[in-house]
Amino acid sequence: MLSAESLKKIDHEVTKYPADQKQSAVMSALAIAQDEKGWLANETMDFVAHYLGMPAIAVYEVATFYNMYNLQPVGRYKFTVCTNLPCALSGGNDAAAHLKQKLGIGFNQTTTDGKFTLKEGECMGACGDAPVLLVNNKRMCSFMSCEKIDQLLEELSK
Amino acid sequence: MTQLTQILLAGLNPSDPNDWRLRSYEQREGYAALRKILNEKIPPDTIIGEVKKSALRGRGGAGFPTGLKWSFMPKQYEGDKYLVCNSDEGEPGTFKDRDIMHHNPHSLIEGMAIGAYAMGIRTGYNYIHGEIWDTYERMEEAIDEARSAGLLGDNILGSGFSFQLYNHHGYGAYICGEETALLESLEGKKGQPRFKPPFPASFGLYGKPTTINNTETFASVPWIIRNGGEKFLQIGKPNNGGTKIFSVSGHVNKPGNYEVPMGTPFAKLLEMAGGMRGGRKLKACIPGGSSMPVLPGDIMMRTDMDYDSIAKAGSFLGSGAVIIMDDTTCMVKALERLSYFYYEESCGQCTPCREGTGWLYRVVHRIETGKGRIEDLDLLNNVADNIQGRTICALGDAAAMPVRAMIQHFRDEFIYHIEHKKCMV
Amino acid sequence: MTNIEIDGKQVSVPTGGTVMDGATQLGIYIPYFCYHKKLSIAANCRMCLVQVEKAPKPLPACSTPAVEGMKVSTHSAMAVASQKGQMEFLLINHPLDCPICDQGGECQLQDLAVGYGASASRYTEPKRVVVNKNLGPLISTDMTRCILCTRCVRFGQEIAGVMELGVAGRGEHAEILTFVDSTVDSELSGNMIDLCPVGALVSKPFRYSARIWELSRRKSVSPHCGLGSNLVVQIKLNRVMRVLPRENEEINECWLSDKDRFSYEGLNSEERLTTPMIKRDGQWQECDWHTALEFVANGLKTAQEQHGAQSIGALASPHSTLEELYLLQKLIRGLGSGNVDHRLRQSDFRADSHLQGSPWLGMKIAEISQLKSALVIGSTLRKDHPLIAQRLRQAVKQGAHLNLINPVSDDLLTKVTNQVVVAPAAMAAMLAQVLKAAAELKATEIPATLKDTVSSISVTDTARAIAASLIDNKPAAIFLGNLAQHHPQYADIHMLAQHIAQIAETSFGVLGEAANSVGAYLAGAVPGPGAVGISGSSQVGANGSNASQMLGMSAIPIAEPCRAFVLMNLEPEFDSYNPQQAMKTLAAAELVVMMSAYKKHVASVDYADVLLPIAPFTETSGTFINTEGRVQSFNGVVAPLGDARPAWKILRVLGNLLQLDGFDYETPEQVRAEIFLAGSDVSTQLSNRLGSFAVGEIGQVSEGLQRIGEVPIYQADPIVRRAESLQRTHDAMAPLASMPGALLDRLGVQAGDMIKVKQGDGEALLPAARDDKLPANCVRVASAHPLTATLGAMFGEIMVERL
Repeated sequence: MLSAESLKKIDHEVTKYPADQKQSAVMSALAIAQDEKGWLANETMDFVAHYLGMPAIAVYEVATFYNMYNLQPVGRYKFTVCTNLPCALSGGNDAAAHLKQKLGIGFNQTTTDGKFTLKEGECMGACGDAPVLLVNNKRMCSFMSCEKIDQLLEELSK
Repeated sequence: MTQLTQILLAGLNPSDPNDWRLRSYEQREGYAALRKILNEKIPPDTIIGEVKKSALRGRGGAGFPTGLKWSFMPKQYEGDKYLVCNSDEGEPGTFKDRDIMHHNPHSLIEGMAIGAYAMGIRTGYNYIHGEIWDTYERMEEAIDEARSAGLLGDNILGSGFSFQLYNHHGYGAYICGEETALLESLEGKKGQPRFKPPFPASFGLYGKPTTINNTETFASVPWIIRNGGEKFLQIGKPNNGGTKIFSVSGHVNKPGNYEVPMGTPFAKLLEMAGGMRGGRKLKACIPGGSSMPVLPGDIMMRTDMDYDSIAKAGSFLGSGAVIIMDDTTCMVKALERLSYFYYEESCGQCTPCREGTGWLYRVVHRIETGKGRIEDLDLLNNVADNIQGRTICALGDAAAMPVRAMIQHFRDEFIYHIEHKKCMV
Repeated sequence: MTNIEIDGKQVSVPTGGTVMDGATQLGIYIPYFCYHKKLSIAANCRMCLVQVEKAPKPLPACSTPAVEGMKVSTHSAMAVASQKGQMEFLLINHPLDCPICDQGGECQLQDLAVGYGASASRYTEPKRVVVNKNLGPLISTDMTRCILCTRCVRFGQEIAGVMELGVAGRGEHAEILTFVDSTVDSELSGNMIDLCPVGALVSKPFRYSARIWELSRRKSVSPHCGLGSNLVVQIKLNRVMRVLPRENEEINECWLSDKDRFSYEGLNSEERLTTPMIKRDGQWQECDWHTALEFVANGLKTAQEQHGAQSIGALASPHSTLEELYLLQKLIRGLGSGNVDHRLRQSDFRADSHLQGSPWLGMKIAEISQLKSALVIGSTLRKDHPLIAQRLRQAVKQGAHLNLINPVSDDLLTKVTNQVVVAPAAMAAMLAQVLKAAAELKATEIPATLKDTVSSISVTDTARAIAASLIDNKPAAIFLGNLAQHHPQYADIHMLAQHIAQIAETSFGVLGEAANSVGAYLAGAVPGPGAVGISGSSQVGANGSNASQMLGMSAIPIAEPCRAFVLMNLEPEFDSYNPQQAMKTLAAAELVVMMSAYKKHVASVDYADVLLPIAPFTETSGTFINTEGRVQSFNGVVAPLGDARPAWKILRVLGNLLQLDGFDYETPEQVRAEIFLAGSDVSTQLSNRLGSFAVGEIGQVSEGLQRIGEVPIYQADPIVRRAESLQRTHDAMAPLASMPGALLDRLGVQAGDMIKVKQGDGEALLPAARDDKLPANCVRVASAHPLTATLGAMFGEIMVERL
């Protein structure tokens, strides 16, 4: 269900916790599974549940609680733009508007070519770098002026 | 990272990509404190005493005296105890822990190792905000470095003291910054806060005694041990020891982190941050992260940046996130965005927060969109009253306090919105 | 003890207690939704906020520990304002659909809204709507009504032992659901309905069938498993509409198994027999009672005259009442026969003449919760005794060891310390190991009678661990489950377990299979000249045939085969150890009298000659003696359906027609008084001790494939078989032929393939299933099911063929 490489990563995470607390690794296991699959299908969550010896519903609780998990398929690149107050004071909304206009989609939508998904984010703890956006949860882009957004889109469109 | 002064960010050269590494840290007297403690077998109580003397207070937001918290851990307890670092920095306006972990990760590791030694703990976790992945990877690398150098793991520096430290990342839930929600999350569950008592010192991670401190708090400890609690205290003010990193964001010319002694005047901090963007007028400031009450600009300009002074002015120092708003800012719009945040981030566990945060947001939203009624202001205050102090955790208070403060200080602006169905700025 | 003051009244709360505990002790009412005395504290509804002196904010009574000298007010301005504030929050998103909500009239939210709610809402925004969930055939949902108190979720995790429901999402979007639309399959699921303080979870079978205030409530006792759960049966227009638990901390606490709760549907089944019927020339004809009873009396008299009294046999279900069982055996004995039995699924009766009383639990039910170690032998425990399994689960949570010796490895949803899964034929040898280990650990001699049996056996680590667990953790108990009682070496298993209990100094008990398994012994529904206990003791098994002999299943032939049968409250095709043989014997009988609440089951039409409609437990008064020996009498709650009559009355009239002495009862109380003539102290009649029974040869390896045939939870008695909603649950799934993977491979069969299983001259087509936890060469095929009624013995040889 998951690649050997992903399982190895999960196994590593499991070693961080006491032997009878494998469940502690569920957040990283889901993140690893999502990195491989792009999103968390029910079968994937069920697999993780079995792998960690948890009730499936407990995995589902976690997957639906933390908002960086994708419970629906997303585009190849998921942009999460912070629009919280400190970012909004420094152009967060402008960055979001620019992305919407360039991609022709609104929040929680994916471009028809399946390439980009746009999400509204909450505080990422990088307000000094506003506007900020995340690409696929893991790459943070700072000071995202319209020009820098254009550059990013160009880079990712290649 | 903008300004490097004093303690936490001292001596760092952010343009050097390897300045965070162990070698550089050791050149800055890094791990000297830990070595000294282990070599001289300094009794744990002495360390806790030194931390108490320093008047170091929790840097995550609550400002609880750190030494006192450490002394709550049961000493005679047999079995596992845990040390947890709260690096789940998600309070809007706050971005200091990210810089500490990114540029000075070993200060955190050393601080945790010292804390573990002082409290007789063998295992620690550093819970890192999910959105700052590169910082998580940096911490993973730093821990590997420390472990390879014998500064973490079994039998540290041959002293017989062992401390295992692991990083754990969040994945997008503000509430996990609340310490018991963080523990639940560490256990692989939803991040829903626990009711207290019992407190983590008696029933924490996996039900075991646990101490949780903020990143900045732990990172301050090595300096305190190297230089003495007294010296740390003297840098700041009585009951407000040491330096504090203020994350300045919003309408300033140079947003960023500024580490200044406790008690530094706000005006000085604003000046360090390059002053108001475009030379505009300071309208308002949230001095301690979005959950804290907003203060009008004129009050702020008369206030010093320490726990007691800000409290006297009517707000809280909180996490040290200073959100600056100039006179172009619509306070209704600002509140609407904050209320949306708490509505969005409520964990949904207890009634007042689950039901109340959505109600607050909807009423503010209706005022912002020109559909407000004058009685809405009383309604907002009353709903806020029914939330504040009645929830399991402090998120309820965090949602309520901005509403009340905004209405208190900028009532005219809200009334204008309601009467004219538009913004006055 | 901690002394606190609540509303000016002093109270001492046990150390560790809460403000809520203190209020409960004082009888002071504090409103709440999420709190429940049997569940962990969640403190999430915030309805129980009270004012505590010196506390700056109101505190929840449920989670606030009592602290010496604490002063609490539950009705101060702060407390009331807080409570009203929470009520407003709970109502803003709650639908105003009370008029069509089944919870109406017993809704905590509705009740408290009267006291704490406002008459109009200040919330003018649209209300939240939550998509409904299908949780299966028992629980109906309306999740928009949910106030997220999480009682149902906590019940699953903490009491049922399985987390099927959870809270997904967060904030306002949080909702309670199962993973990917799966159903809630716990055998205790109905309790979630009781726990739900609003109308989010309501009973699906009961849905929209009555308003609560139209129902009258009557006390009763469950007729299913040996626990004897206390019931409230709710009635409308002479019909049982719903069954709820009647709280009894010593028996069922505040819980009911789904079987106890939802079986009532079987009472209203279309298959109820409502008129006496006689088969004439192969055709069933309805008739009046007089005709039917004359027919029966004549038939019995004829058999007695032509073949002797010993040609008459009576078999009764242990789900029958004490009075019914007593009168049946009195009738049979009055005719001069000793052939009466209730142990329909027992196959090994060698120990009968060594019995010293009625087998029972060996302890109080409530004491199970206090056990520190238990060994359960041969039991599908969760399905046979759901609430005993629940008590053991709670004991394990408190640190008790649970040890199992079983031919199957079903998940008990709790931590198991030691588990041995062995083929049925190896169970006795396994017990011998534990016995030997226990004797070694205690440095005690093994009784001389067993020395030879045990000497050549080598002890495994697990056996030693089980013995040590029982010896080192007290109180400890050993229980024999239903599989053990049905086992062809039951007597050996019983004897070995008894010796282990003696050496390890544990309690020893037999888990009562049916509501009246204990009572049936005491009523004398066992072969021999008289009953075990109350009405004059004598040896069981002497001068009478047991169930196995009567039905021709026994290897020990009887001199005079039974030619006339009286069957009470049973369906032999499901309720006997070897249905194939039972059907043959009955088909060959000259007279089969069926006293049954149900017609139908075509097979019965073949063997029966007369059908007498009897009243089920809700339509007669009666008594059950549960597995702990507790006598529980109950009254009928509705009038008998149609022409059905209480069986005790039918038997009385039969006694009169047969001109037998002592059948002049006016009331069931008179019958009861006669049963308890020797005194009502049942405890003196209970014993699990076998006297000098000599254990047979154990450990012989059986050739060929062996069947493991358990009784599925919802096939155990005639009522539950007709409970339609239960029959749609996961637990009522059609039987499979389960076997380990190695056996599947050997047979060249894949899981899911239809295969033919054969016993004797009967066969059944079943899907194959893989269960690698089963012992080698064992095939698990449930009995007591229409699809397997053609098969033979519940244990023993079975053949499997590919199609």
